[in-house]
Amino acid sequence: MSENVIEAKGLTKRYDGVTVVKGISFSVASGEIFGLLGPNGAGKTTTILMLLGLSDVSAGEARVLGHDPVREPLKVKRRVGYMPDAVGFYDNLSASDNMRYTGRLIGLERKEREEKIASSLAHVGLAKVADDRVETFSRGMRQRLALAEILMKEAEIAILDEPTSGLDPQATLELLAIIRDLKHRGVTVLLSSHLLDRVQSVCDRVALFNEGRIALIGSVAELGRQVFGGAGFRVEVEAEGQGLTERLAAVPGVRHVEQTGHNRFLLTSDRDVRPEAAAAAVTAGGRLFRLSVDEPSLEAIYTHYFDKMAPQGDQHAA
Amino acid sequence: MQREGSALHGLGVVFIKEVSDHLTSVRMRVLEWLIVLVGIVTVFFTIQEIKESTAEDPFLFLKLFSATQEQRLSFAVFMTFLVPLVAIGLGFDSVNSEFNRRTLSRILAQPIYRDALLFGKFFAGLFTLSVSLVALWLIVIGLGLVTLGLPPNAEEMARAFIFLLVVICYAGVWLALAMLFSIIFRSAATAALVTLGLWLFLTFIWSMLADVIGGAVVTSGDPETQILAKQYLQRLSPSTLFSEVVVTILNPSTRSLGPIYFSQLQGAILGAPLPLSESVIIAWPQMVGMFASMIIVFVIGYVIFQRQEVRA
Repeated sequence: MSENVIEAKGLTKRYDGVTVVKGISFSVASGEIFGLLGPNGAGKTTTILMLLGLSDVSAGEARVLGHDPVREPLKVKRRVGYMPDAVGFYDNLSASDNMRYTGRLIGLERKEREEKIASSLAHVGLAKVADDRVETFSRGMRQRLALAEILMKEAEIAILDEPTSGLDPQATLELLAIIRDLKHRGVTVLLSSHLLDRVQSVCDRVALFNEGRIALIGSVAELGRQVFGGAGFRVEVEAEGQGLTERLAAVPGVRHVEQTGHNRFLLTSDRDVRPEAAAAAVTAGGRLFRLSVDEPSLEAIYTHYFDKMAPQGDQHAA
Repeated sequence: MQREGSALHGLGVVFIKEVSDHLTSVRMRVLEWLIVLVGIVTVFFTIQEIKESTAEDPFLFLKLFSATQEQRLSFAVFMTFLVPLVAIGLGFDSVNSEFNRRTLSRILAQPIYRDALLFGKFFAGLFTLSVSLVALWLIVIGLGLVTLGLPPNAEEMARAFIFLLVVICYAGVWLALAMLFSIIFRSAATAALVTLGLWLFLTFIWSMLADVIGGAVVTSGDPETQILAKQYLQRLSPSTLFSEVVVTILNPSTRSLGPIYFSQLQGAILGAPLPLSESVIIAWPQMVGMFASMIIVFVIGYVIFQRQEVRA
């Protein structure tokens, strides 16, 4: 787990004088699921293309599996699987023919190729439609076909650009399950997204992109602590009793209590204070109806962070 | 900066995939039938004419390909029009379709360089064109054998073969041009329209325009300079180069492609055929020019493609 498979140092990209990626540095450890998050146009895809050697690097340095993607792109691309945003296939060919073409480009021998095509299509649940033309495929099926391609390649790193965008909830769940499965196979996953709640459930660590820079980096819990200064939990209490506001405010860890309605209280705290809050309500002789907690979601962190950033006059690239 | 690994790694795979795409596409089917039908019709009429008019031409067989004086639409003239059409039909969406289908970044993420993709596409197009043209060439020769009942001699075959190579090279020029525009324009329709427009311009309008421009630019009264200037301008069009080569190769009595000087006619027997080597020497600059323009156009496209961003 300790070995870093992707390292970026001061990675910079300029297009016609406009700096799109401004000297970002990060590293991804082997076996990790790492998320690049941020609004569209924040430089996520450009960063990915630079890591793959598909786009020139203006300044800085990247290492992927110990290779420099600028000088040794073939070695990098042999061992890294890539699923572009809104991935496309040759619509007039069948799913397995599309994979055969990629398999040949990778350089697999016929026997090995056919075996891997069959097994990876089966793995993503496309075995039944292997001989159907891709033009009949839904978006979710195309995404899964792209993942099958990465499986066939036996990639050590899978780079997925917006893997869940445009998918219905069911297809998203299936896709996330396959991504988790990649991790179990020991594949390092680097994914980019602007859909936060879905990403939160799979990522070990995330980097928040903003205008070509990495604003925050770390696990979701760490980011929560950084952004909210340790007050990221919101506990909702619905109880009946006398002087509950004061009693709840006295619970250790609670920063603030707000009465949001009849018998409803919203506590802001730096940890999960449900047991203490329940005890406080009950010892006050009150009746407890409901108790729930919101952990600091990535969405909340994200909105909170960018809300803080926005008044400084910078415009978001939407 | 030195890049590691062969730039042409994966070329064969791309080539085979593209050829199979071409050969199975409906578009190619239509173009093939168009070229074969029109080819056979022109040859049929040419044969009628040959039977009626010429009896003792030593190069009777070559008349199958080239125009007799009375007839305007010969096989060679028809090739001047249709070969570009087929080449443009094959090339106008070769690169931008990869962008539009969003397959480009996925394919380039495989262990190949962009060079392999572009070279593979170009050679596949050229190969497909060559297959059709060779088939057509054989049909014409076969029809000639059957209907004329006269076997061609070795020199006629050699000239006919050179003609075939020249047609393929001419097709390559237009294929390279179509691919260039398919790299520049993201929309396949725009690329097709621009290429077809350029084809119409170079084939039909440019020779007239060259006359006007040549007359306007060269102000000296010397008729030789005027004629030469106009000719040089006309030769900027691959269609002009192609017609000149065809006239020289298929018509052995062609002695010069420029103005003929009296000194050249001294001791010459008018209408007497030149040997093959002499004909080739006369048309050599045009042939090299055509080949060079194919390479130059391809290289321009190659450079643009290498610098293009992958993301759509």
